[in-house]
Amino acid sequence: MGNSKRKLTDSLSSFLLLVGFLVFLIGQYLAFKAPPDVQQGYLVRILYVHVGAAWTAYLAFIVAAVYAILYLWKQNPSYDRLSAASAEIGLLFMALTLFGGMMWARPTWGVYWTWEPKLTTSAILTAFYVGYFLLRQAIEDPEFRAKAAAAAAILGVVNIPINYMSVYWWRSIHQTATFDIVNRKLHMDPSMVLPMLIDLAAINILFVAFLRMKGAIAARAAAREEIYD
Amino acid sequence: MRTKYLVGFLVIMAAIAYLAWGGLGKSLVYYVLPSEYADNPQKYQGKRVRLGGLVKEGSVQFNPKTLQLKFIITDGVVEIPVEHEGTPPELFKDNQGVVVEGKFAGKVFHGDNLLIKHSESYKPPQQGAKLKPEEVRKLLEEAK
Repeated sequence: MGNSKRKLTDSLSSFLLLVGFLVFLIGQYLAFKAPPDVQQGYLVRILYVHVGAAWTAYLAFIVAAVYAILYLWKQNPSYDRLSAASAEIGLLFMALTLFGGMMWARPTWGVYWTWEPKLTTSAILTAFYVGYFLLRQAIEDPEFRAKAAAAAAILGVVNIPINYMSVYWWRSIHQTATFDIVNRKLHMDPSMVLPMLIDLAAINILFVAFLRMKGAIAARAAAREEIYD
Repeated sequence: MRTKYLVGFLVIMAAIAYLAWGGLGKSLVYYVLPSEYADNPQKYQGKRVRLGGLVKEGSVQFNPKTLQLKFIITDGVVEIPVEHEGTPPELFKDNQGVVVEGKFAGKVFHGDNLLIKHSESYKPPQQGAKLKPEEVRKLLEEAK
C-alpha cells in the first residue's frame, strides 16, 4: 500500500500545467500589446481567449469520442475514465466560451444572448454534455454506464460540425470564422494573429495537462471504489 | 438506476429536442431581408419580425433627449424606415449591418431591440492616419 505516498500528479502533467500557464501569460501579454480593432477598438481582445476556448472545447469533445471508441473496442475502463475526463474539460471550456462570448456580444452586438443559429447550436451542444454527465450519474452498473456514455460521447461530436458550419449555412448575427477553414482564409491583421495562436497553443497545452490529471484522479477514485465495494 | 439523475437527464433531452425543433427552426431564418418583406408584406403585419440589412448612409436621425432613433434599413433593393427607442449600440453607424427586432406598423418598422452584425475581419486602424483638426473637433462634438 505504498500508493498513499504517490503524488497526486505525475511530473509530466505538472510540467505541462506550468508550461501551459507560462505560454498563456506570454499570449496575454502580447494580446494586450496588440493594436485595437478599427471597428470595435479594445473589445476585440476578448477574441484572443474566445477562439482558443471554443476550439479547445471542440477538441476535448472529439478526444472524448476517440476514447469512447477505444473503450468500445478494447473494453479497458481507463479509456472510459479518459473519455469522461475529456468531456468534462470540454464542458468547462464550452462554459468559458459562452461566458466570454456573452461578455463580448453585449458591447458589440448590443445583447448578451439572442436565439440565432450559432448561439442556439452552442446551447444545444452545451446541454448535450450536461445530459452526458447526468446519464453517467444515472447508471450505477459501471460497465453499462461506460457503454452508454461511450455511445453518447460518439453521438455528441455530430454537434461540432453543425455548430462550426452554422454561420455559413444559416443567416446569423455571429460573424463567420476568423480562422476560416471553409474558404482557407485568415481574416486578421498579422499583428493580431500571433497572440491568438499563442493563446490557442496555451489552452491546448492546458487541456492535455488537465486531461492527464483528471484521468489520474478518476483512476484513483475507481481503485478506491473497488476496495470499499 | 438513480432516479434523480435520470429525471435530470430526461429534462435535458426534452430541452434539446425543444431547442432543436422549435428554437432552431425559428432561428434558421434568423432575419428577414427588406426585399423579402416587400414580396409579401401581409405575411409580416402585426407579427414579431427580425429585419436584417444595412443602415442606409445618411439616414440616421437620433434625438439624445427623447432617445428616438430613426433610420432606413436596406438590402440594396428595398428600403424600409425604422423607428426605435433607445441609445444605439456603439458600433451603430452608416452602412453597418444591423438586425432589428420588432413589428411592422404599416410601412414603418417599430423596433424594440437593435443588434449589430459586425464582420469576422479584424485589423488595426490605419497607421499614420492622423486625424485632421476639424475631424477631431467633429468627434468631440459628437461625443457630447
